[in-house]
Amino acid sequence: MLEPILSIKNLAVEFKTDDGIVHAVDDITYDVFPGEMLGIVGESGSGKSVSTLSILGLIPQPPGRIVSGTALLKGRDLLKMKKKELRQVRGDEVAMIFQDPMTSLNPVLKVGFQLGEAIKTHYPKEPDDTVKTRVIDLLRLVGVPNPESRYHQYPHEFSGGMRQRAMIAMSIANSPSLLIADEPTTALDVTIQAQVLEVLSTVQQETNAATILITHDLGVVAEMCDRVLVMYAGRIVESGDVETIFRAPRHPYTIGLMDSLPKLTEDEEWLHPIPGAPPSLINRPSGCAFHPRCFLSQGRLQCREQVPVLHGVEGSEHRAACHFSDELIGRTSKFSHTVAEGAV
Amino acid sequence: MLTFIARRVLYSIPVLFVSTFLSFTFVSLAGNPTALLRQNPRIPLNTIHNIEIQNHLNRSIPVRYWFWLQDVFTHKLGKSLLTFQPIWPDITRTLGHTAQVICISESLAILLGVAVGIFSAIRQYSVFDYLFTSVSFLGYAMPTFWLALLLQILFVDIYLKWNVRIFYTSGLNNPHHGTWSLDRLQHIALPVMTLCIISFALYSRYMRASMLDVINSDYVRTARAKGLAEWRVIMRHIVRNALIPIVTVAALNLGGLLGGAIVTETVFSLDGIGYYFIQRLQAADLYAVMAYLVVTSVVIIVFNLIADVLYGFLDPRIRYE
Amino acid sequence: MSEPTVAPRAAGASSVVDSTIEAGLEVKVRSQWDYARRRFLRHRLAITGLTGLVIIFGAGIFANLIAPYSFSEIDLTNILHGPTTVGHHFFGTDEIGRDYFSRVIWGIRTSEEVGLVVAATSSLFGLLVGAVAGYYGGWIDNLLMRFTDLVLTLPALAILLTAAALLGQGSQWRTTFILAAFFWTGIARVVRGVFLSLREKEYVEAAKAAGAGDARIMFRHILPNTLGPIIVNGTLAVGIAIVTEAALSFLGFGIKPPTPSLGVLVAGAQTNPQQWWLTIFPGLTIVLIVLCVNFVGDGLRDALDPTQRRIRA
Repeated sequence: MLEPILSIKNLAVEFKTDDGIVHAVDDITYDVFPGEMLGIVGESGSGKSVSTLSILGLIPQPPGRIVSGTALLKGRDLLKMKKKELRQVRGDEVAMIFQDPMTSLNPVLKVGFQLGEAIKTHYPKEPDDTVKTRVIDLLRLVGVPNPESRYHQYPHEFSGGMRQRAMIAMSIANSPSLLIADEPTTALDVTIQAQVLEVLSTVQQETNAATILITHDLGVVAEMCDRVLVMYAGRIVESGDVETIFRAPRHPYTIGLMDSLPKLTEDEEWLHPIPGAPPSLINRPSGCAFHPRCFLSQGRLQCREQVPVLHGVEGSEHRAACHFSDELIGRTSKFSHTVAEGAV
Repeated sequence: MLTFIARRVLYSIPVLFVSTFLSFTFVSLAGNPTALLRQNPRIPLNTIHNIEIQNHLNRSIPVRYWFWLQDVFTHKLGKSLLTFQPIWPDITRTLGHTAQVICISESLAILLGVAVGIFSAIRQYSVFDYLFTSVSFLGYAMPTFWLALLLQILFVDIYLKWNVRIFYTSGLNNPHHGTWSLDRLQHIALPVMTLCIISFALYSRYMRASMLDVINSDYVRTARAKGLAEWRVIMRHIVRNALIPIVTVAALNLGGLLGGAIVTETVFSLDGIGYYFIQRLQAADLYAVMAYLVVTSVVIIVFNLIADVLYGFLDPRIRYE
Repeated sequence: MSEPTVAPRAAGASSVVDSTIEAGLEVKVRSQWDYARRRFLRHRLAITGLTGLVIIFGAGIFANLIAPYSFSEIDLTNILHGPTTVGHHFFGTDEIGRDYFSRVIWGIRTSEEVGLVVAATSSLFGLLVGAVAGYYGGWIDNLLMRFTDLVLTLPALAILLTAAALLGQGSQWRTTFILAAFFWTGIARVVRGVFLSLREKEYVEAAKAAGAGDARIMFRHILPNTLGPIIVNGTLAVGIAIVTEAALSFLGFGIKPPTPSLGVLVAGAQTNPQQWWLTIFPGLTIVLIVLCVNFVGDGLRDALDPTQRRIRA
């Protein structure tokens, strides 16, 4: 068994707002292993972004607060580090790629400069031309054409897809051991999405960095990830490797997510959304947060009163947080054929 | 970049002409230049008639504008209809004095205002922030003439009570003292303070707002995620971007500053272009009034042009329009 | 301001959805004006400003009831008295014995009349012009915008002074007219900007597709969205108008005595610099009025601006 690069245990993050305390992340535990791509799926407000932003100290700490937990990066607890130490980790050992490339780059500074900044911050003694060469190489690696001239351009002269490639290049500049991509393709056109995902794939293979890919798009997860976590209302509700989860999901929410996707190869009359709305994170439903919308619950007392714990289902690595996941045994998702055909 | 500048300059030229034409038309339509002369019984009607023909006052306005325009370039804004003295020397002299006061006060106001704005934004909700936000609210609400009067009364009081002249409360300087002598500085200190306080309120408020706007931007988050030291994030990413709108604010403030100059020069009896304007206006000396309007319009247009170019220099997105 | 927030419901309510309501997951339906009102009321400064304005402007409106004397009542036995409670001379008396408190109160009335009328008329006119320019675009827009641009390049106070000098001074209403004639340009620009941006919005296209005429689109769909900026700008204009009128009067080109305006009072105080109350009280009143107006304006801007930034969870 490999040692995990990142090991998060019992992380809880809350935000103080005018309307009350928002429990954005509620007691989550997961590991990321070297070289793998871990997907985190969930709706907006599920806490998927907050969990990664908080361990890097990127959430504003006045309204936000890390209530409890540990986040061990190669043995060192990120949550206990002083600001200076944490800054050294950011951009060097752990790097982030953000969602909106239009606004994630400083519009008045040249692209080459901003990429170089990522390197010079951690290796200030490197001579300028070495840095410049490295930046140009990085741009070439991610597929930006004419990297030598693009180096001197401003972000608004790049297209959306190219900007995201530049962001990816910037993140791997110091060969991080952990890469966190927070919805990297959500703001892009579908065709560009495919290209950027390919770049991400290439980059991961080149650097062998462990990658966390946060998204709400199941298709992206299916295509890119080795393992996946499903989050709902600040908790992890299911985890396991991609093939198992897509073939035989064991949590009603995951099933609902998959059922709501239209399938190209079948004739469907109606779409099947999950009924109801995501819960308020201030007034969470008691017990299992999903029970008001759950088809399996049927109003049972245990669902309303007890918070389900992640426990192993059929395989030891496949876990689900549902009191009645056993009742789902034998059920296959509508994607099981696709999985079997190896199209995933 | 050069094409950007060239385009801006070319655009300004017709604006200059239309602006001066509008001022000219407005003043000419509303007032009869010879009205005051006619009221003086000692000037014979013949003389007045000759004056009228000499100054083309019997022709249509566009024609008069044309002659006046020629005057501007050849005879430097012509002569006053009342005093028969050339206008230009008065304008240059007074404009120089006003420029001295405005330059000093604006530079101070921008430096202090930007600095306070930065600190207020970084330490939002701190005592410093609340204190200076209140100060800027107050400065924003204070009428220039009242602040000038208060300062004047205060320092007159100090002189009367303790016989010590810290700052002079009227006049430009005592005789035989130069433009940058201590004596001159003592004289212009109060008007400079007045204008500075009012402008400071403006700049600190806008800088703080601009900083807060930028602080929550995604690219600031990216900079932090790269591991940059906080002061670098502030200076290189936040302040650099937050300063850009201030250029526009400064340019737009010029009009208000000239108005403030009129007021402060009147209160402190300074020989500046604002005081000159008020005196000529009270005397209904139309050509002089016109000269003032034209000169100030030109100054404003030129400064707007400079601000535009500066903006293009600071924000690369604008250059490619 | 046309779309209320509604809790999303799946088609065909089932028992699952009912339990959603029971579990307290629904969002209460509120109109936009409701939200705006709540946001405004949470703004303590704005409430303070509003209270202050009510008191000060109220004093002005009811001047004949509140002021102990008329503004021109001369009492030569009592000249240049400092503030005192004797004879209700709270603000003292001036150089010919007139009660200063009364004069300030009457001055407030004059100033507030000028401020409110200027703000109202310039807002109305600016709205009309800006709407036409922004909606129809083309050469109308160009012409109007070049014009307002030009107005911006002129030194404001100087133009107002010149206009006052040439068109006649002294009357409160002449000054009001001159100020309004200058102020509408600012509001027109703002309105035009809003119209321009909203013209391209999808719901305008939808209305057009459904056959709505130009006027209807302008009134029902775009106009409500401009109300926010107009209200804010109009409020702030009251303060600016009052200060500008005071400056004009102070320099002798605005309202002339005997009509008291706060600017006239400050001007008159210049002959007696030692009697501090003559300068301080009217000036302080102006500062208080403008402060309150700005607080209220800020509160309104926060309340009515839909682009509020919220914390990202």
